[in-house]
Amino acid sequence: MSKLLLLGDEAIALGAIDAGISGVYAYPGTPSTEITEYIQTSKEAKERDIKSMWSANEKTAMETAMGMSYAGKKALVCMKHVGLNVAADAFINSAITGANGGLVVLSADDPSMHSSQNEQDSRFYGKFSFIPILEPSNQQEAYDMTRYAFELSEKFGIPVLLRITTRLAHSRAGIERRQGLPQNEIHLPSDPRQFVLLPAIARKQYNTLLAKQEALEDDGLTSGYNTYINGNDKTLGIIACGLAYNYLIENFEDGEVPFPVLKLNQYPVPKKLLKQLYDSVDKILVLEDGYPILEELLRGYLNLGKKIMGRLDGSIPRAGELNPNIVARALGLDVAEGFDTADSVKGRPPKLCDGCGHWDSFGALNEALKPYSGGRVLSDIGCYTLSALPPLQSINSCVDMGASITMAIGAAEAGLVPAVAAIGDSTFTHSGITGLLDAVNRKASITVLLNDNATTGMTGGQDSSAYGKVEDICRGVGVEEEHIRLIKPLRRLHEENVKVISEELEYNGVSVVIARRECVQTLARRMKIKAMEKRKAAETKA
Amino acid sequence: MKKDIILAGVGGQGILTIATIIGTAALSEGLQLKQAEVHGMSQRGGDVQSHMRISSKNIASDLIPEGKVDLIISIEPMESLRYVNMLHKETGWLITSMNPFNNISDYPDLEEVLNDIWKLPHYVTIDAEKVAKEQGSVRAANIVVLGAASPYLDIKFELLETAIKNVFAKKGEDMVKLNLKALRAGRNYAKKST
Repeated sequence: MSKLLLLGDEAIALGAIDAGISGVYAYPGTPSTEITEYIQTSKEAKERDIKSMWSANEKTAMETAMGMSYAGKKALVCMKHVGLNVAADAFINSAITGANGGLVVLSADDPSMHSSQNEQDSRFYGKFSFIPILEPSNQQEAYDMTRYAFELSEKFGIPVLLRITTRLAHSRAGIERRQGLPQNEIHLPSDPRQFVLLPAIARKQYNTLLAKQEALEDDGLTSGYNTYINGNDKTLGIIACGLAYNYLIENFEDGEVPFPVLKLNQYPVPKKLLKQLYDSVDKILVLEDGYPILEELLRGYLNLGKKIMGRLDGSIPRAGELNPNIVARALGLDVAEGFDTADSVKGRPPKLCDGCGHWDSFGALNEALKPYSGGRVLSDIGCYTLSALPPLQSINSCVDMGASITMAIGAAEAGLVPAVAAIGDSTFTHSGITGLLDAVNRKASITVLLNDNATTGMTGGQDSSAYGKVEDICRGVGVEEEHIRLIKPLRRLHEENVKVISEELEYNGVSVVIARRECVQTLARRMKIKAMEKRKAAETKA
Repeated sequence: MKKDIILAGVGGQGILTIATIIGTAALSEGLQLKQAEVHGMSQRGGDVQSHMRISSKNIASDLIPEGKVDLIISIEPMESLRYVNMLHKETGWLITSMNPFNNISDYPDLEEVLNDIWKLPHYVTIDAEKVAKEQGSVRAANIVVLGAASPYLDIKFELLETAIKNVFAKKGEDMVKLNLKALRAGRNYAKKST
């Protein structure tokens, strides 16, 4: 069978289709977005009626998937690592309810923070919730382990966390596909109270969850995803989790590592394998992308046993993504060097696109804020976060999805009046609406600059849940009609826009200035498709 | 056979198109392939790169180790220099367009950039926009650079041509023709200049 050249993300998507999912639920977030996009554009997925519309946020996605699992069908949930914070309430409790139809939660971590505000390690969530974790090392494993995740989920009646990092998500390699499985028929849980987490039931279910842990650990011995590879040189033993295994192998001719290696891809990690390695070597090097979870586990707080090397003892940098060179240095191997970087190389940070409406919207905001002292703009997560950089330098915060409005309320209540919240349309429906309700109820003196570009821009232009609904939502939440203002962020309307924003800054209450203009990227894409359709139509006529 | 390549440029310049063409050609030759891409935030006018590894044997790491890169292929001169710390000191080649993409306030003198490139032992610098324009459109500049890199790729030239036909088929016959011409023009330039 010929191989398919797929991103790690796409391999997971295909694995899920072939595992027989009936739905994928997600909110876009780099580096996880391409999984859902693959399913959305897959002909097979369409033929099988696999649900794949974007959810409003990761929590609604997780809960919708739990509903599908409750009804007996298989569901995949996808998010970036910080999305799991949003979904955490549902995620952690899903361990207590357990799964009926297979339920797999994919969380894509971003060590080195290529497109994120932190590098939290999702494996902690797995451990925290007593949910088993699968962590593929390569694209083929990403495909295979996605399928296995559903098998594991249904075998133990528990959700499974699939953990990847940016490097695997966005790297391509050849994948071999296997025969797909059918979707499940609807079947409700045999215990009708399985999902009712009243304390009395939850206590019982929690004990069931704890009791499953030993069997889950044993599964890690038989699944084939945790392997002990013997080596003759016992001066060192190496534990390589997920992707780290590739960086290890890269450093040895034909992948022949002289030391015993424990390749780990499934958690909870079997104690038997750890003990086998620990007993046969002098010291251990732990290679894991993300936090030093396994390292800390082995080392204990006091490190009284054998020497454990990794991020905590400085053998590997404490923060950031692994690579072959970091692993080589930890092993004491020679590292080749290239040329010195010339002084003529300057930094080229990302910036807003030419012609983007955010330039005009924040340009107008900057001018309207001139009469006031600085530091008043609490912002959010999206392309417009780039307005923090020169030349605009408009915003003073970017923390988590939706934090702009709520932080502005707090700042205003501290006396920073007026305070401004800058948020995008998709972030607004993700986590901004409840904050706006707070603002209205508290009569906070804030002005919300709602940048409505009709898309989820930063992640590449996915449909926004807010589309066509922004004014109605503001009204519904209770913002006064005369303080819901619409502007079109264009250079030629600059004076007019400054005036509108200035008026609302002076208003001692909640106002929302909606700056509406389509994202230039989605506009260009739409025009391209239109031109192509026109050409096709002309060709068929001819 | 083993080639470790860094593709470099600025977001939106078309390095992923080059990657797709090389990848398609390499697969049709039955080679193994790994290619790490940049998606997300950095795509907005920032520097972008892709690690592309082709080999007749299994490839372990998605990332190329430092000092082991055989080929830097860049659509922008300053961007080509960003990765020379990865380039193999004895055998590495740098192939780049000479056309600057100036979207930052402290972009250096082009002469300074080119002089730094010309200090390297093996390089091809090409006015890709001029060559592309001569073939019909400046939009094919990325494919001109690919053409200039083609003598160093160890992939049959006909396979690159076939890959271009496949990749651009959706965009119409004119685009296929333009890019085939751009590929050949880039290749001829590189052969003449070295």
